[in-house]
Amino acid sequence: MGKVRTLVIRAPGTNCDAETVFAFQQAGSEVSLVHVNQLIRRRERLDDYQILVIPGGFTYGDDIAAGKVLANELRLKLGEDILRFVEDGKLILGICNGFQVLAKAGFLPEFSEDGSLLLTVTTNDSGRFECRWVHLSVNRESTCVFTRGIDRLYLPVAHAEGKVVVLSGALTEQNVALFYTDEHGDISARYPHNPNGSVGNVAGICDRSGRVFGLMPHPERYIRGTQHPQWTRLGAREYGDGLQIFRNTVDWAEHL
Amino acid sequence: MQRIEVRLKSHLPDARGLGLVKDIRDLGITTVSMVRVIDIYWLDSELADDDLDLVCRRLLADPVTQEYNHQSAFSSEVELSAGNHSVEVAFNAGVSDPVEDTIMKAIRDLGISSVREVRTAKRYLLEGQLDEDQLEVICSRLLVNPIIQHVVKTEQFSFPENPQYRFALNRVSILGLDNDQASSVRQQYGFDDDEFKAIIEYFRAQERDPTDVEMETLAQAWSEHCVHKTFKGKVTLDGAVINNLLRSTIVRATKELDKPWCISVFEDNAGVIDFDGNWALCFKVETHNHPSAVEPYGGAATGVGGVVRDPLGTGLGAKPILNTDVFCFGPPDMPYEKVPRGVLHPRRIFKGVRAGVADYGNRLGIPTLNGAILFDRRYVANPLVFCGTLALMPNEYGRIRRQNPGDLVVVIGGRTGRDGVHGVTFASEQLTEQSSSVSYSSVQIGNPIVEKKVIDVLLQARDRQLYRRITDCGGGGLSSAVGEMAAETGVRVYLDKVPLKYSGLSYSEIWVSESQERMLLAVPPENIEELVNIFGSEDVEAAVIGEFTGDRRLKLFYQDNPVADLSMEFLHEGRPQLQRQALWQPPQYDEPDFDTPADLGEALLDVLSSWNVCSKEWVIRQYDHEVQGASVLKPLVGKDNDGPGDAAIIRPLLGSEMGVIVANGINHKYGDIDPYWMAVSVIDEALRQIIAVGGNLDRVALLDNFSWGNTDRPDMMAALVRALQACYDMAVVYQTPFISGKDSLYNEFEFEGEIISIPHTLLVSAIGVMADVNRAVSMDLKNDGDLIYIVGTTLNELGGSEYFSAHGFTGNGVPRVDPQRARRLMVNLSRATAEGLVSACHDCSEGGIGVAVAEMAFAGGLGATINLGAVPLGEPVDRDDFILFSESNSRFLVTVMPERQGEFEEIMAGSVLAVIGRVDGSEVLTVYGLGGNRVVNTPLAELKKAWQEPLRW
Repeated sequence: MGKVRTLVIRAPGTNCDAETVFAFQQAGSEVSLVHVNQLIRRRERLDDYQILVIPGGFTYGDDIAAGKVLANELRLKLGEDILRFVEDGKLILGICNGFQVLAKAGFLPEFSEDGSLLLTVTTNDSGRFECRWVHLSVNRESTCVFTRGIDRLYLPVAHAEGKVVVLSGALTEQNVALFYTDEHGDISARYPHNPNGSVGNVAGICDRSGRVFGLMPHPERYIRGTQHPQWTRLGAREYGDGLQIFRNTVDWAEHL
Repeated sequence: MQRIEVRLKSHLPDARGLGLVKDIRDLGITTVSMVRVIDIYWLDSELADDDLDLVCRRLLADPVTQEYNHQSAFSSEVELSAGNHSVEVAFNAGVSDPVEDTIMKAIRDLGISSVREVRTAKRYLLEGQLDEDQLEVICSRLLVNPIIQHVVKTEQFSFPENPQYRFALNRVSILGLDNDQASSVRQQYGFDDDEFKAIIEYFRAQERDPTDVEMETLAQAWSEHCVHKTFKGKVTLDGAVINNLLRSTIVRATKELDKPWCISVFEDNAGVIDFDGNWALCFKVETHNHPSAVEPYGGAATGVGGVVRDPLGTGLGAKPILNTDVFCFGPPDMPYEKVPRGVLHPRRIFKGVRAGVADYGNRLGIPTLNGAILFDRRYVANPLVFCGTLALMPNEYGRIRRQNPGDLVVVIGGRTGRDGVHGVTFASEQLTEQSSSVSYSSVQIGNPIVEKKVIDVLLQARDRQLYRRITDCGGGGLSSAVGEMAAETGVRVYLDKVPLKYSGLSYSEIWVSESQERMLLAVPPENIEELVNIFGSEDVEAAVIGEFTGDRRLKLFYQDNPVADLSMEFLHEGRPQLQRQALWQPPQYDEPDFDTPADLGEALLDVLSSWNVCSKEWVIRQYDHEVQGASVLKPLVGKDNDGPGDAAIIRPLLGSEMGVIVANGINHKYGDIDPYWMAVSVIDEALRQIIAVGGNLDRVALLDNFSWGNTDRPDMMAALVRALQACYDMAVVYQTPFISGKDSLYNEFEFEGEIISIPHTLLVSAIGVMADVNRAVSMDLKNDGDLIYIVGTTLNELGGSEYFSAHGFTGNGVPRVDPQRARRLMVNLSRATAEGLVSACHDCSEGGIGVAVAEMAFAGGLGATINLGAVPLGEPVDRDDFILFSESNSRFLVTVMPERQGEFEEIMAGSVLAVIGRVDGSEVLTVYGLGGNRVVNTPLAELKKAWQEPLRW
């Protein structure tokens, strides 16, 4: 079996692509960084990959609402390919803007057949873009493939629209993969531990299969020990917390 | 025309509205309990209802959180009930919201192609009792900036029509004018007498009058902004003549130092130095002052956009990896009645500039990791906005290139509109009360995503070597970019080939437009097809607008009509050198006459909570400082991630251990006493920060940014000369070459017959190469029991200090530097950090030892005790407060574990230092005075609160 192949999509305004590519390389995958136009114009095929990643950024400027325009573009122009990708047992990861895109395309919490939405990611309660590090805990009830074996994480967020809002009954216990917590792991902690006012402190959501995952925090920004904001106090660890998410992803894909 | 309203469902909190409620309360109006914001979209279309529904449901409104209405306005209960108010705000004609282009694309994605145009607006519903005056205050101070916006009545809205342009050649009559007529033409284009004479002579020899576009070209090329004529001028000071200020100071230092790692200095859009033998660093900082004064958000945003294009347009183009931004504003608490008419309140300028810088930088995905914000009432009408970008490129692309005759002139990126027509001459003129109403065409709203697209695709074209040369389109637009690039060759440009945003632009407007997000390439004809294709693959326009020639002439055409024909020699060398007189008279200030306060704890709290010293976390958190994943030392450090770091460190290549340190030095108060020592001090400060975080002086490059008043005045000119001389003196001793720089002059404002000039302001920005980022040191105290050292000599130097300023004094004892000793000290300290002997280090700057030790303690969450009697003094100082708050340069507070004391002192041998205290397990900062008495005994929580509160907005 050959190496796992990861496709990192970029679109106008994508800006976390390079470090996301680096993270997947560190996790042992081959990575292609491909402009969305190349997929739409059929110069690249989704079929050739096991992992699809929508990285962070401000696609199309986050004009109208964060991720909205790319979400429509993916759904209308690549929706069938993406559905087949998921049905083939492959993996989709959306980080920050990528999560906003997955939510607004109707790919989370489950693939929406008619494009109606149950979930959105909207303006932070503070009304501000904020960049800060947050404590996270993994929901053990979740089927999420990406967070297997992980208990707690410390990662940065950087967004203005990260508040998860859901229509009632839209989420099951399985769908919630990640919670914001305080430093002791309390999942009812409030701002700034919950940086955006997300309902139920939800930081990341996956579908029933556990193979489509979106999260607001940036695991690709904590791969090396010196990315930790207090490494000069605490010493630099060999790897950052974020790396395990990418390793989990690649490990799973190896068995496809 | 169709109108759509989108609003949040009523049970959800409106974060934008809540922010406005707070802002309204800041205006002293307490009756507004709620504000809700409705987004309005005007479509120039005749869509059927089901298509309109599709656009709303799938695109404009979020079905989970929002509701829409395209039949009528929301006849909201809030609006209709008595005492509530609705204000609708739209952009002025000619101002386009970048969102509109995105909406057009997204509507086409939905399969609807019949929408011709989209305009956006906002409606504010204010709940609460307001009289008309109060509503007017809210509109004018918060909701509407008349430069770009106006209040509309729903029925008034119309799509502006763009007239068609019909060509007619305009000549400007300058030959055979009488004095009055000549003077009026001269002033219209902003030439001085000598310049205008040279122009008349040139055209007399041509036996014709110039065309308007020729005059515009000369006005741009000879403007202060483009050619820096003051810095290249001939200055007489004390009978001595300095020919070309820049060459005889800053550039001279770089030449004398002749560092082999300098790749490109003072010849391109940014400076370039070698990083690791394979990669090069490219660095530039510049100002965007005048536009930010008039429209803070748009002005500052385009400041970021502009400076990012500098490294992109250096060599063959560098990838931006870090932004650094420094602002100077009037005090945020300035009473409204003290703010000159025609000027926005400092708080609004601050908020707008911050938002503009953050929105543009965040969207480009460039981390903003370092900066500073200073306040002084003299910045009220002339805020300073310094934007800087560090970029990375392969070494072999670093040097400036030359195009060949026959290469094509290609403009890429954004389209050209009427934006910023005359922006350059605007930047070089003083602002007046009328500026706000007459200068609207100088303001643009940038579109960062267009620039991001340009960056992404340009670097691919670079790596395929598809173009031979590149420059940015900045101030002066195509006129400057093409004119400068073609100086050695000559060029023919067909102005009707330039892609336009809308019809109606004259050939002259096309030529001088300063529309953002454009770059200029010289492309060999054989590569043009591949180049256009690669840009097209990512939806970036690339248009051939002319070709470079070998005749050294600038020839412009519009629809086959020649409209300009100038010799490059005259355009670039025909300007008579500027002559200026300088006269230096040192000012004298009162020395303070207050007694040493009994409780220096209170004094410390005052200094910590001053605008200049207090925490800037509110600003920093709204920048993305983590994007690109390269940060090693972030702007906020310490136990709770909220202490003030010195310099920032990034790891530009994620797989390498090498780093770049970025630091800034700025202090306008010293300049009030002596600009020479101000320049010395800010260079020292920038270098101190590099040393404090674990760097060294082996490979440090500097940038200068001078923001000054009116240098036509001999005293201003003399101040400038002194600062420039200091730059030379320091650079050669520290062996840190300047690699690029910028200046912004004439920063003064006329108000009620009085001239308000900004303080002399020099920003020195430094980058240092770090061999191993794992040696980085942060400023927070770390271990109970660590020894606290002061490194460096303390003198009675409180002139221009924060402490004196808090007491209403300037004083005269400005901090000085002995550069030879300072360099030795910095070299020693950098060896100590490289050996891992230093657990924390913070440089002493504003607020001296007092502020430095307090910041270290609360950042680390560890108390400390220090003894002022142990501080090594360079002269007798008998006051505790003076020792605690002296701002003497070249000093550091350093902590060392007791078991490493011997090693540390050995490495530091030959430099002045002393143990002045210890980190302890308490939660208090204690300071003992010269008499052995306790002069400060303040809980860390109280210190931190004082420091954090002022800007916790």
